[in-house]
Amino acid sequence: MMDAAAQEKLISVINEKFEGEIIEAAMDKDFFTLIVKKERIVDIISHLYNHEDTKFQYLTTLFAVHYPDQNQIAMVYQLHNLSTNQRIRLKIFLSADNPTTPTLTTVFSAANWMEREAYDFYGVISQGHPNLIRILNVEDMLIFPMRKEYPLEDQTREDKNDLMFGR
Amino acid sequence: METVTNKINVGEKPEGHEGHGFFATRLDKVVGLARKNSIWPLPFATSCCGIEFMATMGAHYDLARFGSERLSFSPRQADLLMVMGTIAKKMGPVLRQVYEQMAEPRWVLSVGACASSGGIFDTYSVLQGIDRIIPVDVYVPGCPPRPEQIIDGVMKIQYLVENESLRRRDSAEYKAMLNKYGIE
Amino acid sequence: MMEASADIAPKVVKEEKQYSYLNLGPTHPATHGIFQNVLKMDGEVIVDATPTIGYIHRAFEKLAEHRPYNQITPITDRMNYCSSPINNIGWHMTVEKLLGVEIPKRVQYLRVIIMELARITDHLVCNAVIGVDTGALTGFVYLFQQRELVYEIYEEICGARLTTNIGRIGGFERDFSPKAWEKINKFLKEFPVVLKEFEDLLKRNRIFMDRTIGCGGISAERALNYSFSGVNLRAAGVDYDVRAMNPYSSYEDFDFIIPVGTNGDVYDRFMVRQEEMWQSMSIIKQAMKKLPEGPFHAKVPEFYLPPKEEVYNNMEALIYHFKIVMGETDVPKGEVYHCVEGGNGELGFYLISDGGRQPFRLHLRRPCFIFYQAYPEMIKGSMLSDAILTMSSMNVIAGELDA
Repeated sequence: MMDAAAQEKLISVINEKFEGEIIEAAMDKDFFTLIVKKERIVDIISHLYNHEDTKFQYLTTLFAVHYPDQNQIAMVYQLHNLSTNQRIRLKIFLSADNPTTPTLTTVFSAANWMEREAYDFYGVISQGHPNLIRILNVEDMLIFPMRKEYPLEDQTREDKNDLMFGR
Repeated sequence: METVTNKINVGEKPEGHEGHGFFATRLDKVVGLARKNSIWPLPFATSCCGIEFMATMGAHYDLARFGSERLSFSPRQADLLMVMGTIAKKMGPVLRQVYEQMAEPRWVLSVGACASSGGIFDTYSVLQGIDRIIPVDVYVPGCPPRPEQIIDGVMKIQYLVENESLRRRDSAEYKAMLNKYGIE
Repeated sequence: MMEASADIAPKVVKEEKQYSYLNLGPTHPATHGIFQNVLKMDGEVIVDATPTIGYIHRAFEKLAEHRPYNQITPITDRMNYCSSPINNIGWHMTVEKLLGVEIPKRVQYLRVIIMELARITDHLVCNAVIGVDTGALTGFVYLFQQRELVYEIYEEICGARLTTNIGRIGGFERDFSPKAWEKINKFLKEFPVVLKEFEDLLKRNRIFMDRTIGCGGISAERALNYSFSGVNLRAAGVDYDVRAMNPYSSYEDFDFIIPVGTNGDVYDRFMVRQEEMWQSMSIIKQAMKKLPEGPFHAKVPEFYLPPKEEVYNNMEALIYHFKIVMGETDVPKGEVYHCVEGGNGELGFYLISDGGRQPFRLHLRRPCFIFYQAYPEMIKGSMLSDAILTMSSMNVIAGELDA
């Protein structure tokens, strides 16, 4: 998707104002993936939005991943430049005990519900979000169900025989 | 001129005494016959089974032939609650409220695997069968069931409607069953 | 003199404007799907809306972490259930991308035919429903009759009508039978007549145009900021189509136009969908004419069930059969994102595999979930009936919204 020259350009654009924020940058199959530090992620994305050499003005998706072995929650942002057809992926790693990140709703209105979904499933708090409440699960749920420690099935069932289901 | 009557299928009439200009039979048979051919369903369509219901109401598999021409979206005017699709736990109280608003006599048809037992979604957020919250009369399995199966389910409901005793809804047994669900 | 007039001057009391709240509840005949909107109304005009979704949340992403790869296909079926083959094929292509499998040309062309048929059925539902919401109930019955023809085609190919579970990882389970080609040809002959009739009923109909033009519009800038995709974005004026921008499954071999609207209102969406159906038919005809010969599946023995004769005679095939059915095939480690043009827009699958038998994380980029956020902004200041029409023209499918 992005040739070496475009990758270099992207890194130099970020380094113009955010020197030292990139932890790792590599081509993952066909997506150029950058792992950056979590504090200034929104500023970096806003910079990429406005800079005329990059202009990533379309947010494809935003979601979280739980890595229980490292006790981390990663947030993945995928951006797309519709005029030059370039796609990149940005990742930040948050600690699973207290995952907080600044909100992206100031740049993309689409991030509103995406961040609510990340909160609902993983407990990621987006600071500055206008309405951070649960979106898909019932409002009074106490746990964050997509985390790996919680089971898939409803544990209050007494009519299922685990032996028969191979568990 | 050939008479047309031999091409028309005349339905079975209930047993009774017939004479010139009159027909005497039991009251509940007449009431059953009238009720079964004029059921007003409430389509509580949530997901994929709802699209198969739309196909059942279409021209190819016409459900209106069975008397269900008028779909009632208000529970107060409906006889049959057709629950089609997955009911999540968030939706459970809504379904219960719709059921409680229906007036007796009322029947419930659970269409699809998800409404009958949770289906393939054995997860924390899906209600594993609507018979956990409301009493169900007929279950139609399938994922989604073919329109022919949905019509078969409606025909079984028609059989129940036809043969129901007029005193059933006041009987102690029925009240005990409703109490089990916590419905007054 | 001034003080005396101040005593008798009438006291001006500032009255606060009273709004009424209308609950467009989860069960409603006009909202085609299960989602709730609490509308703050000033008389008949809507001032604000608060949507609540999640009434059919079935936890697909969590479910996918506990199922082997070929058992996730029926789950993806039930996302956008009006066009389920597109979801299935999108998932299969994601897994094939992760495995690095080369798909034969014939499979790609057959997949294109199936996906375009699914796109036609999805647009048929949406346009029929737009007609119903403006009062034109006849079109609904006509178009659903045509959907029966497409259901028969699916039945010939995979056995199911609506939630198809079509194809396998690597291709198709069997080649299209001659009966299936006969049915596709019959569809291509009969459908244009009905579609033209439906279009002529509504396209220049005075009442329909008055109802729909200027209703529920959104500008291209706001649509892009809300990450719209698919028909809703194209109606607003941006020609972003995944089939053209990131072609997959040999879409680059076909010649088709991407229709684009101007205002992003209900009329534009209706017309864009109509034109897309004509374009889909043209793509199907091109694919049928240029269809190459070849195998109907790739060589992926770890995922593709071997033929039954080999299973009963060959030890290796027996072991593969057992492992595939019991879901015990390990998948290489990696992360991949693949998107297809679904009925509603860019449908994306982000798959993270940790080398095990089940995905580590499957994130579904669902277009309905993303563009439904803009609904309160789109209906602000419009009447209640326009709000209903806007919702049905956006083609919000509850299964895809909640997943």
